[in-house]
Amino acid sequence: MMQEIIKVTSLTKQFNHLTAVNNLSFAVQEGDVYGFLGQNGAGKSTTIRMLLTLIKPTSGNIELFGMKLSTHRNEILRQVGAVIEKPDVYKYLSAYENLRLFAKLSGIRVSEQQLMQQLEMVGLASRAKDKVKTFSQGMKQRLGIAIALVHQPQLIILDEPTNGLDPQGIADIRNLILHLSREMKKTVVVSSHLLTEIEQVATKVLIIDQGKKIIEGTSAELFDPAQTIVELTTFDNVFALKQLQQSQWSQHLQPPRENALLLKLDRQLIPQLHRSLVDLNIQVLSLQPRHSLEDYFLQVTSGNQHVDTFTN
Amino acid sequence: MKRIIRILFVLFIFQSIALAGFSQDMRALVQKVKAKLDLVNDYVAEGKMKTDVAFIKAPVGKVKIFYKKPNLFKLKRDHGISILPKGGVSVNMSSVIATTNYVALYAGDAVIDGVKTKIVKLLPMNDNSDIVLTTMYIDEPNLLIKKAVTTTKENGSFEMQFSYGAYSKYGLPDKVIFGFNTKDYKMPKGITLEFEDGDKPTAAEKLKGKKGRVEITYTSYSINQGVSDDVFK
Amino acid sequence: MWTLLQIELYKIFRRPRTYIAFVAITALITIVQLGLKVDGKAYAEFVLADLSNTLQIDGKIMNGYFVCYVLLQLLLVHVPLLIALIAADMISGEANMGTLRLLLTKPIGRTQFILAKFMASAIYTLMLLVWLAILALFLSMVIFGTDDMFLLKNNYAVQIERADIFWRYVGAFGFAALAMITVAALGFFLSQFAENSIGPIVATMSIIIVCTILSTMSIPIFNTIKPYLFTTHMVAWKEFFDVRVNDSNETIRGTIQHPEKLINSALILALHIVAFVGASIIVFKRKDVLS
Repeated sequence: MMQEIIKVTSLTKQFNHLTAVNNLSFAVQEGDVYGFLGQNGAGKSTTIRMLLTLIKPTSGNIELFGMKLSTHRNEILRQVGAVIEKPDVYKYLSAYENLRLFAKLSGIRVSEQQLMQQLEMVGLASRAKDKVKTFSQGMKQRLGIAIALVHQPQLIILDEPTNGLDPQGIADIRNLILHLSREMKKTVVVSSHLLTEIEQVATKVLIIDQGKKIIEGTSAELFDPAQTIVELTTFDNVFALKQLQQSQWSQHLQPPRENALLLKLDRQLIPQLHRSLVDLNIQVLSLQPRHSLEDYFLQVTSGNQHVDTFTN
Repeated sequence: MKRIIRILFVLFIFQSIALAGFSQDMRALVQKVKAKLDLVNDYVAEGKMKTDVAFIKAPVGKVKIFYKKPNLFKLKRDHGISILPKGGVSVNMSSVIATTNYVALYAGDAVIDGVKTKIVKLLPMNDNSDIVLTTMYIDEPNLLIKKAVTTTKENGSFEMQFSYGAYSKYGLPDKVIFGFNTKDYKMPKGITLEFEDGDKPTAAEKLKGKKGRVEITYTSYSINQGVSDDVFK
Repeated sequence: MWTLLQIELYKIFRRPRTYIAFVAITALITIVQLGLKVDGKAYAEFVLADLSNTLQIDGKIMNGYFVCYVLLQLLLVHVPLLIALIAADMISGEANMGTLRLLLTKPIGRTQFILAKFMASAIYTLMLLVWLAILALFLSMVIFGTDDMFLLKNNYAVQIERADIFWRYVGAFGFAALAMITVAALGFFLSQFAENSIGPIVATMSIIIVCTILSTMSIPIFNTIKPYLFTTHMVAWKEFFDVRVNDSNETIRGTIQHPEKLINSALILALHIVAFVGASIIVFKRKDVLS
């Protein structure tokens, strides 16, 4: 039976007049890659900071490894490694010195060899003695991950780990998460607003919006084939929209995107739609069923204007 | 009436003659004292010096005193800082009565430290002399000066009081107390960087208004052993 | 705790800005020593001008002990700024660098963390004072030699024998360390409230300046609060250089005129330190780390 690594019950955080997290409950099982999703300002970072005791909850309960965080803080944190947003380290020290310093703070003794192995793992061995102020953002991110892993924690929490990274950097993070989960059998919690990245690694997803849980479940549970979003691109989208509005498909129409029309329907109706488009003299350029997390996310969260700007 | 005036005139003449006689006696006394002091050509003395000024807290310090006839005098503190009245301290009476051109007047008797003394006022006749007047209290039988009050042109008045012991035959004191006038001072705060103190007065403040004193207690003398002139430079 | 303290000291002394204070003190002291070596006689004459009307003061007034006293008087007004540079940066600097959030996810209690940081800033302060002592006292003794000290207070002058001075400096530097640690505690406390060290540094200095003015001015309305201001007590190190006299106005070796003032001031400074550090712990434990 899988152990519950994180159990959060009715967690709330109030900052003056702002309720950043509102009665949030969720659980992370051992071995999960738990995707924590939400738009900017949804309450993801606040929740993660409460898990790491950086912020005190207004109310609610947090348990990690079956222990109450409020009473077993140090014991719990020995088993947790975290990268919070843009990881910052001491710029006037070298990568090696930073890693050694944080290893000591984690309460473990590590040899020089072990430290170099950690740096090797994140591809910084050749820059071990260089001052961090000479590092790029990607290198600092990798160093942050090395620091998070140096004490061999069971739970790794990554808050927006791909912020500021180039595509190669993002791919590296993705591969690392998969490696941690599959090979090293770690439990990983990763929060992000880059939905496509979460989609590729997460075994379970929690979507929050305005501090509240919207939904929690596995990827399979979240995507209902009966609710498939189909993206339609034509030569004349205005004409096509007019035709569809007058047809049997009008009830399936969704607010259009800039260069495409959207319909929500059961996957099994897609061939029928295809035939109707021909009958309606709509010249189709592409017809794409979208069953990604991004679409689901857009469906369930608020602030479409913001989302349009974001996704465009 | 004429008879009374005649009697008064005669009395006056007698007084003048008596006074003239007394003056001659005082001069002789002073010369005798000087002669005794002149037995000492030089000395090196060791002692302790204490400066007692109302607004100064100072420790007792070891000193060495050098003297060479007729009027070379030097006081050196063994180490450390010495605080003396301006013009230095010259506690040697030989220097005071070194001059021959003076008038010595009898001014009565007084008891100093239980010793009966004759009060002699010494007026230097030399206009260039810094000393204006010296009043000496002389122990006539022992030819020792018990006390001297000197008024100078440049450095005001000071008083010396002498106690004698083992070296009395040379006219050299065991203890000298040199008294002088002081001016109270108050430093601007900016220099001392002290915060205003609303405190009770210290022991030193209680002595305010009193004169300053330098007290030298001699522990030993080396008499007539020869002293180089370089010492006094 | 020891590991934490080691790490904090390591961070302080690996940082280049730490050495600014040591360089500044070295420059200040050597410049003043050079000036006094060249023109010390004129300075001594100026200081003793009022007394010279009546008295002749002979001896080596401008000696190493006296020079050290002059230096302490000057520097203990300015050293607080150098202390604030580090102490007021202890928390705000970490927040500014973004390392605070990483540090506080480690298995270290917040109280332990704060105490280790404060102790590190206190040790830095002590090391700065040791350096000050080496330059101001020992170097002055070498350059100017030693002799009795002749010091001017507001209403009187004090002469302290050479053999009776060194232990007083040990006490004075110890007291100065307590005073400077109070400054460090203040800067440390203010460091909680910003994510940039400039604010706490300026705030620390402003408080010291305002409190010093209140301590100095003889206005009745300020007299009620003066005894409680730490700046009033920071200068109490000078009490080491005042000697008791007996009934004959002779100084008594090995004594201090007002030992009760020293003890009282030391207690008040210690209380300030406890209050500032205690408040820092309370604030920090409740703090939400958003940086």
